[in-house]
Amino acid sequence: MAELDQVRSVSRRTVLKGLAGTAGLVTVPAIIAACGPGAATTAPSAAAPTTGGESAAPSAAGELTFGSNYSDETPKNAMQAVVDAFTAESGVAVKVNTVDHGTFQDQISSYLQGTPDDTFTWFAGFRMKFFAGQGLATDISDVWANVGSNYSEAFKTASTGDDGKQYFIPFYNYPWVVIYRKSVFTEKGYTIPTTIAEFTALGDKMKTDGLVPMAFGDSDGWPAMGTFDIINMRINGYDYHVGLMAGTEKWSDARTKAVFEQWRTLIPYLQEGALGRTWQDAAQSLLNNDAGMYFLGTFAGEQATDPAVHDDLDFFPFPVFGTQYDSELGIDAPIDGFMVSKAPANPEAAKAFMTFLSTGAAQNIFLESSPNNVAAANDADPSAYTPFQQKMAEIIGNSQKIAQFLDRDTRPDFAGPNGMQGFLQTFLNDPDQDLDAYLGTIQSFWDSLG
Amino acid sequence: MAATSVAGATPRRRRRLSLLTRRDKLFLGLALGIPAFAHIFLVWIPTLASVALSFTSWNGIGGIENIEFVGIQNYQNLPSYPPFWPALTHNLIWLAVFLFIATPIGIFFAVLLDKDIRGTRFYQSALYLPVVLSLAIIGFIWELMYAPERGFINNVLGTTEQGNLIDWLGNRNINLWAVLVAASWRHIGYIMILYLAGLKSVDPALKEAAAIDGASERQAFFRVVFPVLRPINIVVLVITIIESLRAFDIVYVINRGLNGLELLSVLITNNIVGEASRIGFGSAIAVVLLVISLGPILLYLSRAMRNEPT
Repeated sequence: MAELDQVRSVSRRTVLKGLAGTAGLVTVPAIIAACGPGAATTAPSAAAPTTGGESAAPSAAGELTFGSNYSDETPKNAMQAVVDAFTAESGVAVKVNTVDHGTFQDQISSYLQGTPDDTFTWFAGFRMKFFAGQGLATDISDVWANVGSNYSEAFKTASTGDDGKQYFIPFYNYPWVVIYRKSVFTEKGYTIPTTIAEFTALGDKMKTDGLVPMAFGDSDGWPAMGTFDIINMRINGYDYHVGLMAGTEKWSDARTKAVFEQWRTLIPYLQEGALGRTWQDAAQSLLNNDAGMYFLGTFAGEQATDPAVHDDLDFFPFPVFGTQYDSELGIDAPIDGFMVSKAPANPEAAKAFMTFLSTGAAQNIFLESSPNNVAAANDADPSAYTPFQQKMAEIIGNSQKIAQFLDRDTRPDFAGPNGMQGFLQTFLNDPDQDLDAYLGTIQSFWDSLG
Repeated sequence: MAATSVAGATPRRRRRLSLLTRRDKLFLGLALGIPAFAHIFLVWIPTLASVALSFTSWNGIGGIENIEFVGIQNYQNLPSYPPFWPALTHNLIWLAVFLFIATPIGIFFAVLLDKDIRGTRFYQSALYLPVVLSLAIIGFIWELMYAPERGFINNVLGTTEQGNLIDWLGNRNINLWAVLVAASWRHIGYIMILYLAGLKSVDPALKEAAAIDGASERQAFFRVVFPVLRPINIVVLVITIIESLRAFDIVYVINRGLNGLELLSVLITNNIVGEASRIGFGSAIAVVLLVISLGPILLYLSRAMRNEPT
């Protein structure tokens, strides 16, 4: 994880510039190629290809299988539309095998060891590296050689395994932000807080107005990870966060303790009873105007089924704490995408599919019905974005450091239900507990994993 | 039993045994062999394999060559594994609640319904209904009942506001009890129907005789009916213990067995399934559960065997 470095800052900003300049299709990859300081490996040269995905795959035909965890109705249909577009372009028939996403994740290990589909949906970062490292995925560096110029360096890093080869095609990502309703802020005359002092002052004001300042639900165990990530990145910086996730920094460190001490001061602004509430119910509190703000991934927008309500949603980055890391504006923006299994029956078609998925055109098809994500490819057409998506792209672009999310940045057995999910709930259950003992337990759990 | 009459005549007895034809022997061999094979293959080998795996470290990826022997390290890590002691305690609480509250209530309902009160069929169906549902469905139903703002219970109690909100499933002091109410809701119906079937088989003459001898209802039940139903009592006891130890679905549905709802069965699952499994460590927890289960099983077997020749 330590290699997710500053390179992304430049390229991320460039993406933003590309978005600002309306017809960014040609310019973006060129600027990136020009600006990417560490891009020696890709080096698509200054004479960048016009668009990243040049449909490089030679003569792919036949049939391809694709394991998908897009099991909810809307994303499932959107994914089918993407697959149909690929079939129309390449003539390869794709057999989609959709599995409920929770089940898919639980069974991924046996799935990949059994007879997996040729291609499958997965997540970037440690979770990708883990399976790549076990030899359960096919190296697709050759695809990257063709499509690499269509991605910023940050995406490439997030797609690269420990051996320096690429195993993953990024499709879209989404930021973790503070979501609010514009109508409420306008009506009550609230302003967007940028520092933690403004934030708590706003929280106090909301309380007097009868609003819960921050909606919160952690019965699933993972939403609280987002809060930990952001406070840690804000007060200790991205590098410390990544070191902690990788085990080079200690949970028993005083800096980690400071995160929980800070979190403790924010508890009075959080919705009570979070441990028994699902994130969906917490999102409803925001949508019903019971709560003023909600810190979650932008997928919270999925809960706003009424388009008018969705249009009323807006968001801002988590406020800064006045530390030396303020300018980093580190953020969790997890990337979802695709991999090729270890022994695909039809490797040519699988790589052609990967190439197709790396194009902005393919990503735009999916995002049409998934307005809570933004495309990963540079040549995705930003004019198709809703204002909500444009804001997401802007916030991700402004962030110099991008993490994936606690459960994607560290080893799965540590992040899992009986690891960090349970530990964070233990903290929320009694925020005033002895933090040294608490963090000591976490550290010894890490150590026991060996 | 007939053999006792010829106990002294050993040679003749041997000859009589050999009177079994070849077909008989084949039949006996298959009749005993197939179940024995299934039992050894499906019960004993997995059990012993779990015990063996509990001394190893394996992330579930790759073949046997990737399994690393680590001695008793998994067991050494157990006591310091944060959810371990809560899970063990919760399993024991679960057992106690089922044994001393839910099961007696089920028996009580069965006795009441046995009286042919008006609408007994309706009550039987109503009480039995939850048993037809899987525990996972029951988890969903009660999740809706207990939900903080939208839940039925908090809305009836008027405790949906910040400040007086009752967090039934999130508050560690009450969520286990809230879940036990849901689990008992099902268990009571189960025990009720089992016991009712037993009560129907009791000879009414026994109760009449007790009544004529001047026994009260209570005395008639505890002194006459209950002892007569000994076989049913043992079945009920065993079922209660099994149901408590294998409790899993309901807490897993509610919050994956976290935050005050830890159970040994959930810890095993969470360690063994998933992206990066700790199969050795999960097996060590499974062995602990096995040892706990062995207690009641051995107790039951020893009593059952001792009383066999009646």
